[in-house]
Amino acid sequence: MTTTDSGLVITDLHVSVETEAGPKPILKGVDLAIRPGQIHAIMGPNGSGKSTLAYSLAGHPKYTITGGSVALDGLELAGLSPDARAKAGLFLAMQYPVEVPGVSVANFLRTAKTALGGAAPSLRSWVKEVDAALGRLQLDSEFSSRSVNEGFSGGEKKRHEIVQLELLNPKYAILDETDSGLDIDALRIVAEGVNRYAAQGDRGVLLITHYTRILRYIEPDFVHVFVDGRIAEEGGRELADQLEENGYEKYVKAAAAS
Amino acid sequence: MTAFDPVLRKREAAEVNAANPGPAEARTVSHLHPAGSFDVDSHLLPSGREEVWRFTPLDRVEALLKDPPAGVIEITGDGLGPLPTLAIGQTPRGTVLTPTDRAAALASAHTAAAAHVLIPAGQRLEEPLRLSLRAADPEAVVTGHLVIEAGPGSQAVIVLHHTGAARYLGNVEVSVGDEARVTVVSLQDWDHTAVHLGQHEARVGRRGEYRHIAVSLGGDLIRLQNNVSYAGSGGAAQLFGVYFADAGQHIEHRLFVDHNHPKGTSLVDYRGALQGQHARSVWVGDVLIRPEAKGIDTYESNKNLVLSEGCRADAVPNLEIETGEIQGAGHSASTGRFDEEQLFYLRSRGLDEAAARRLVVRGFFAQLVARIGVSDVEEALMAKIDRELDQAERSRPLKGA
Repeated sequence: MTTTDSGLVITDLHVSVETEAGPKPILKGVDLAIRPGQIHAIMGPNGSGKSTLAYSLAGHPKYTITGGSVALDGLELAGLSPDARAKAGLFLAMQYPVEVPGVSVANFLRTAKTALGGAAPSLRSWVKEVDAALGRLQLDSEFSSRSVNEGFSGGEKKRHEIVQLELLNPKYAILDETDSGLDIDALRIVAEGVNRYAAQGDRGVLLITHYTRILRYIEPDFVHVFVDGRIAEEGGRELADQLEENGYEKYVKAAAAS
Repeated sequence: MTAFDPVLRKREAAEVNAANPGPAEARTVSHLHPAGSFDVDSHLLPSGREEVWRFTPLDRVEALLKDPPAGVIEITGDGLGPLPTLAIGQTPRGTVLTPTDRAAALASAHTAAAAHVLIPAGQRLEEPLRLSLRAADPEAVVTGHLVIEAGPGSQAVIVLHHTGAARYLGNVEVSVGDEARVTVVSLQDWDHTAVHLGQHEARVGRRGEYRHIAVSLGGDLIRLQNNVSYAGSGGAAQLFGVYFADAGQHIEHRLFVDHNHPKGTSLVDYRGALQGQHARSVWVGDVLIRPEAKGIDTYESNKNLVLSEGCRADAVPNLEIETGEIQGAGHSASTGRFDEEQLFYLRSRGLDEAAARRLVVRGFFAQLVARIGVSDVEEALMAKIDRELDQAERSRPLKGA
């Protein structure tokens, strides 16, 4: 592996979703390279395929990669199971984290850490680490005895995703609309968690969002406009400001015309 | 801490009995539930057409129902001497449980000496009382009858641990005195050849609390009829069940809650997992709300997780409501496979498919076990469930359904 391989490199990615009427193409040739140390924001209107991108990178069985490639530090992810992708260093903070009744947050975190690390973390230091991570996200230590995502508020669910991000510390993190449904305080707490993770300097972040709001707290290196299953425009921070001003309309029209 | 004293004091027993209506109490026959009888011959050998037998594979139980049983099961307690006994007709034996099927009638008629556990009025046992019911001869049909009598205001947790290779007809009758709190855990941990038929029946006194937890893991066939009625107003019953049916196993739980007094509550929650060819579970939950049962609240639920092809889970909830003046009455039953979204979430955190499935099943049971409220019983149960999951994984990885 050479250093040029480093990164989450998406090349001409085509993805279909299974529907009752047969497979339906959603992603129509996505090119994107997230290098270590970079934060990329993907912005786009509803239905543009942003979440499909997130899920298909993580290996959700509903989505099929029909063309192109996704490589993580040179390792091809297409065809790998979700757990193999996680072990390769990929993490997806979900828009709708799933309830797992009867499984405590503590057990869940420890099981995940063990699965990813190959060995159970030492109990004493792990409990401290978990409590510290919960504290940083302003969740009290009792939180760890609750069932995963069961009865959590929207904000608690998202903060719990970021607790996992910090504790599992993957090489590349995809955040799928982590900002949606958060009030201003929770948004700041979550954004601080992402910034702490990114501040390590060698991690890559793909931040998928509908609104520019979270970009007040997280400074992206690159902004991509995502329309109709592909990237329609790329730029820096200023692109987000233009979107704030003008919306997605011009990109949607251009995509429809093509 | 109060130790359990197995030596009966008759005076106290008589006191407890005052809270119990005698066997002469007339029972209205509900269409959900036959009137019982101690007479074995009044319960005909089932043909399979009877509503109460239609789910049971009769070829596997016939030998237990046809001929007179050969002996009685051994019941021992940790650090207890021989338990006191009650002869047929000696109260309180027979005051709570009247056999509602042939299996229970045989168990009653052929157990000359029923084991008697008396918790005197006001006594609170700090530690669970553990009784071992063990049979060794896989061919012999044995019977057992246990009478648990909890005096007013007493508290106890009683764990019945069934092990061995039995063909067992076993009855348990429980009298919960006024304001007493009784938990009975019945753990069916038999060898894989065992057949266990039985009736558990409780009557809950005024503001008494009764909890029954049936845990059915090992055995070829288990069929338990679990009944509750009330001896006064404001009684509470929680009937929980956990079962794991492996290939070829038949696990049947039949419940009947008879709301015959006002302001009582009942909560039934049974959860099972099934895996392997011809793994079979049956859950029949009947609740009767009599005209006098004003202000009661009842809910019953059965959930089944089907882990592989070739399994079958039947769930039949029934509510018979004879008064509308109640707090609530509901039921639900579900049988399903793994939730793909749950598995994806866990797998995206690095758990392989088997580990993700295992965590989901464990959580499904843990949620219920956590409600038992006796931590060492909870831990022991989760350890059993872990063992069951280990075995299931070894015999056949928890593969895609």
